Amino acid sequence: MIQIKLFASLRESIGTSSLNLEYAGENTVADVAHELVERGANWRLLEERDVLCAVNQTLCGKDAKINDGDEIAFFPPVTGG
Amino acid sequence: MKTSLNTAQAMRFNRQILMPDFDIDRQELLLNSHALMVGVGGLGCAAAQYLAAAGIGQLTLADDDNVEMTNLQRQILHRECDVGTAKVASAKQALHELNSECQVHTLLSRVDDNTDKTLLADIDIIVDCSDNLATRRFLNNLSLTYSLPLVCGAAIRSEGQLTSFIPGADSPCYACLCSLFGEQQLSCVESGILSPIVGIIGTMQALETIKILTDFGDNLVGKLLVFDGKRGDWQRFLLPKRPDCQTCGNKL
Repeated sequence: MIQIKLFASLRESIGTSSLNLEYAGENTVADVAHELVERGANWRLLEERDVLCAVNQTLCGKDAKINDGDEIAFFPPVTGG
Repeated sequence: MKTSLNTAQAMRFNRQILMPDFDIDRQELLLNSHALMVGVGGLGCAAAQYLAAAGIGQLTLADDDNVEMTNLQRQILHRECDVGTAKVASAKQALHELNSECQVHTLLSRVDDNTDKTLLADIDIIVDCSDNLATRRFLNNLSLTYSLPLVCGAAIRSEGQLTSFIPGADSPCYACLCSLFGEQQLSCVESGILSPIVGIIGTMQALETIKILTDFGDNLVGKLLVFDGKRGDWQRFLLPKRPDCQTCGNKL
């Protein structure tokens, strides 16, 4: 099982804050994002927009390796002020 | 030369000094500190007023903008009568009224390649209250080149983020963070900003600045705080130093 968490405006745009995915041997965060995009138009934001991600609360690139039991978080970067 | 607290100052800052783990020593460290605050918009107004009120010795404010009516909703050092005047001048006046002993210097420009770097000789910390990625990257380079701690805050819509960097072996730098996302630059002008959000993040920047200057508590080096104002929810992520970072890897 992989736990997906969404935060801030990404949580709102996609319309959910967390969900569990059956682990199907995905290799990287990008593989998981690609799979999530299939869930509907809102989820395309994960690939269309700049998104930060973290595996087990540690920020990483989308090429980061994942394992069964991991928590993967997605949220938007913020640079305004 | 280090300035000691006089009796009036000891009275004025009594509520901070009362905390046994802050005490006179840390209040004096604050009195002898000088922060460069880049951006006197929503974040900068909140951060600057708490730093001045808390008793920081000197602040240098840098911003090239004038106050506009649409700023007043969130940039709380500026007043209606300041519309059309320089933000640094308006902020300096408000800070002087708050704490006349805090020396406020102003720079009516952005901080970029044209900035006179000699001003950095006297600076102890950089507070990044800017609103764009180019300035944030430039401040990161200054932080690394001059070995100055950097406190970064950012806000948009109803969300904000906060982290700090202290150049050294273990600290990541802003490039370690922004290499994880692309060139997208949403501004508050385009996307909007709910007033207290910049106050919350700017105030957190002031706290973080005080903590780093006085070595009080744990700072946010290597951590990114993410605030979701719609939920009132804070998340904390670890931000590791990238071993292959082209920016801090080359400079350290």
